[in-house]
Amino acid sequence: MTVLLIVPLLLPFALRPLSRRVLDRLAPATALWALTCAAVTLAGCSLAALGAFALTGLLKLPVFAVLGELVHPLHTASDLFAVPAAALSAGALAVSTWALVRWAVRQSRAFRTAQAEAGAHPTAGDLCIVDSPRPDAYALPGRPHRIVVTTAMLRSLSAAEREALFAHERAHNHGGHHYFLAAADLAAHCHPGLRTTREAIRLATERAADESAARVVGDRKLAARAIGRAALAARHTLAERPAFTPAAAAGPVPQRVAALMTAPRAPRTASWICLLLLACTAVSAGTAATGVLAFHHDVEVAQGEER
Amino acid sequence: MTDAKDERRPAGELEAAVMATLWAIGTPLTPGQVQAELDSGLARTTVTTILSRLHEKGIVRRERQGRGYAYHPVQDGPGLTARRMHTELARDTDRETVLARFVAQLSSDDEQLLRRLLEADE
Repeated sequence: MTVLLIVPLLLPFALRPLSRRVLDRLAPATALWALTCAAVTLAGCSLAALGAFALTGLLKLPVFAVLGELVHPLHTASDLFAVPAAALSAGALAVSTWALVRWAVRQSRAFRTAQAEAGAHPTAGDLCIVDSPRPDAYALPGRPHRIVVTTAMLRSLSAAEREALFAHERAHNHGGHHYFLAAADLAAHCHPGLRTTREAIRLATERAADESAARVVGDRKLAARAIGRAALAARHTLAERPAFTPAAAAGPVPQRVAALMTAPRAPRTASWICLLLLACTAVSAGTAATGVLAFHHDVEVAQGEER
Repeated sequence: MTDAKDERRPAGELEAAVMATLWAIGTPLTPGQVQAELDSGLARTTVTTILSRLHEKGIVRRERQGRGYAYHPVQDGPGLTARRMHTELARDTDRETVLARFVAQLSSDDEQLLRRLLEADE
């Protein structure tokens, strides 16, 4: 049974090549849902597997065996496997917990700062304008939803391009994209194999908002130009910040612009990619559930409640 | 974009568009100039109404110009705000995670690729 629990720990690595293709094949909004559901499930299953491994190790210690009211020794795979697995799992869980706590603190602080910053400025409709020489724009979810744009960003775009920018940010807010981004971050902190999927989810939120903006302004090339010019304007003032895309691959902005420059794709047969994604998620959930149930059974046997 | 569609847009979105225009141009604008700059088929009376509403909220100032008014945004200690924004952005690089930014950081290769894409379009 314990060997089965290794599967949910390995599957996130299988999701890596899949997640890039999902975004190529599916409509951005569909890809966003599919990837986020898969990432959250795989993260949850890998946590469950780590938890079962760590508990197995703990129950081998006499103190915890007493606390767990075990009357017989817990039946496990050989100690050669169970003990190192328990130690590694406990370590991995500790690292994940620390990363999650740090993430939550940082995010809530950044969010509060942004809220306070937006609150200190007058808003026209849902638009909060910050007078700054640094071109920047972001969606600020909350009650009410706001979009924050600096004066430098407004000045580097034409009136029509500004409308595309606003439509893009409104799409983030109306689509609740911050929940998807938070889920992607949580998943990536639970399992390092899900980091590639987090990048794919980020790109999917941007692509979904881009497509929505293109629909609102009724011109895909206009939306593409707005993104391109905003990125180039921001390039010169943000240069000191570390680039988070490897130079070898095209970063998210050129990909978004290129996608808008081409005509919208006719829906392709995306069934195989959906099937693979679904299979990956189902196998992860199935093996984790079976493994955890088997572990639970072993514990009950050791407690003398079952045979 | 048709006239009818623009007139139907929520009042908040129209206010945002007008306010953005005032900030982007940077000099006092009459309702006619705002309308021409927006170029979106909004009626001039609509623009005038929005500008008066923004004025009532106290986020734009106006001065007499000819028979009407010219409007400009209220500046809120620009130097101070800009400095605060700078330090916050430098510190909070991870703000990118939950707050969806319009454009991510470009690498040099990205920049060249992007310029080629935009040039090909022109």
